[in-house]
Amino acid sequence: MAIKLVNAVTAIVGGIGGAVIIFWILNKLAESLKGRWEDRVKPWMFAGPAILAIAVYLIYPAIVTIEYSFANEDSTAYVGVKNYTDLVTDKTFLSVITNNLLWIIIVPALTVVLGLGVAVLTDRLRPRGEKLTKTFIFLPMAISMVGAATIWRTIYDYQPEGAPQTGLLNAVLGFFNRAPVFWYGTSTLHLNSLMLMIILIWTQVGFSMVLLSSAVKSVPEDTVEAGRIDGAGERRIFFNIIVPQIWPTVITVFITVLIGVMKVFDVVYVTTNGAYNTDVIGRRFYDELYTQGNNGYAAAIVVILLIAIIPVLIYQVRHFRQEEAAR
Amino acid sequence: MTTTVQPGTGTPADEPQKVRQSKPGSGAGSATWPVRVGLLILCIAWVVPALGMLVNSFRPRDDQFSSGWWTAFFNPFNSSWTLQNYSQALTSPAAGIPMGQAFLNSFIVALPATVIPILIAAFAAYAFTFMKWRGRDLMFIVIVGLLVVPSQVAFVPLVKLYGSLGLNGTFLAVWLAHIGFGMPLAIYILRTYMSGLPTAIIESAKIDGASHFTTFWRLIMPMSTPALASFAIFQFLWVWNDLLVALIFLGRGDNTVATVALQGLQGQTGAGRELIPAAGFITIIVPILVFLALQRYFIRGMTSGAVKG
Repeated sequence: MAIKLVNAVTAIVGGIGGAVIIFWILNKLAESLKGRWEDRVKPWMFAGPAILAIAVYLIYPAIVTIEYSFANEDSTAYVGVKNYTDLVTDKTFLSVITNNLLWIIIVPALTVVLGLGVAVLTDRLRPRGEKLTKTFIFLPMAISMVGAATIWRTIYDYQPEGAPQTGLLNAVLGFFNRAPVFWYGTSTLHLNSLMLMIILIWTQVGFSMVLLSSAVKSVPEDTVEAGRIDGAGERRIFFNIIVPQIWPTVITVFITVLIGVMKVFDVVYVTTNGAYNTDVIGRRFYDELYTQGNNGYAAAIVVILLIAIIPVLIYQVRHFRQEEAAR
Repeated sequence: MTTTVQPGTGTPADEPQKVRQSKPGSGAGSATWPVRVGLLILCIAWVVPALGMLVNSFRPRDDQFSSGWWTAFFNPFNSSWTLQNYSQALTSPAAGIPMGQAFLNSFIVALPATVIPILIAAFAAYAFTFMKWRGRDLMFIVIVGLLVVPSQVAFVPLVKLYGSLGLNGTFLAVWLAHIGFGMPLAIYILRTYMSGLPTAIIESAKIDGASHFTTFWRLIMPMSTPALASFAIFQFLWVWNDLLVALIFLGRGDNTVATVALQGLQGQTGAGRELIPAAGFITIIVPILVFLALQRYFIRGMTSGAVKG
């Protein structure tokens, strides 16, 4: 134990110290160069290590992943588009896509709506009440999905009929003389997927609330006032005056949650491990890569995910350019 | 409204009316009782699951499986309580390795994986903000795009690469991975902040003959503390709470982190199942404390408009 602690401290000190020394040496080298060359080389010395990290850990692997998606399971021979045709014709994979679509449709929208609701309503509390309420709603954001799934066992737990129920939902059903439900195993109307989505929403609403709350607070009071003077009701003021002004933030929150949901993995892996028709792309990818050891399928799944993310990526870049232009 | 009312020209009768109109809809303390009750119910709903786990973590095995946590919560004096779940979870290898060890491993993974990227990203953000170089804007667009690209793109080749280098299962493997995956967000947050700093100070430092290196350490780093802090909290929570990267590159061995150990414990059906709530609490307490202590920086980072994939 003590040795491990020492190792950790050594790693931190060594890592930081090493990085500083490298930058210092690079800088000295750049300063020894004269005039224009110094100005040309120095930026690359400052940004170089970061660019290298991004190249090695994101750009290069992404390219290799695309290559592997056309290769066999241990990436030793090309198989053309076989991985893709296999996946597209695989019934289980199609249900994975369907489930993921459900997550994408339900979770970001609900997270935004709930977050906005809490943001607007807490805005009317006194500062202390507002802060306390927000902390409660916000706290799950700090918790890992594994932790959240552990926590939600106290709600979703199932014991066979007749046995004392240890999950709150089934205890409530028992109180009304109803038979207990095995929540994670009930795929009728995707009930179990919905139950898992609730766990994710529980951790995400705080994030949505904080962003939307600061947006709502920055809506100029005179625009709301002008609406009142013109005789608009609370509802019209909300939908016609407040919502349009906070719309950019709504989009930001929506997209952030959307990206998280597209690659959702932890919550499904920990609770059902994809059984009972709850599987999603992120978990299936892990399964192909790690359990089945099929690099070709795993890579093809990632490429499909990447293609699905391209619209978001384009939006992100365009949005950034607009913001830069507005500076 | 077609007439513009100039300050001070309003008739006295306007004033009370204006105040009354602005009160009922919005403003601090204007919540009606249904709103208050609704929010209270929401708060309770948000807290109850976690409360259930906390209560269960102090209940003996037999109690946990024979009745719901609420029975103990509402009858605290007629229920038995124990700390044994914690002592056992921390020391017994029910989850593959003792939670105490896994807890320490989480620190070993999270601290360097938080501090090193900050330094690398700060230098890069400086170059992106205060230096002019060819390819800079294109490079930054790439980084902005990478913010939304999931880290899954990297796993297939990295597992293979790490395998051939013998890095799988080592702390170094996860540190490097988190440095790489966290880099776009780090550069983005820091550059956004740095470009808002007053340029006059940097210009005057240049005139005084300060090198970029000096300007960076003496001026920019101290001035960027809020942004550095928000990214540090993001990255620490992200790494501590991560399951996928730890599962793939560290796996289940002596170096297992808390999230992976807790996940392993969830699969238990027999002995050790009573330790799950305690192990859960051990896993979430650090991020919760970090979060409560540094909420301000965390929120500031979030409202800076960053989107992470």
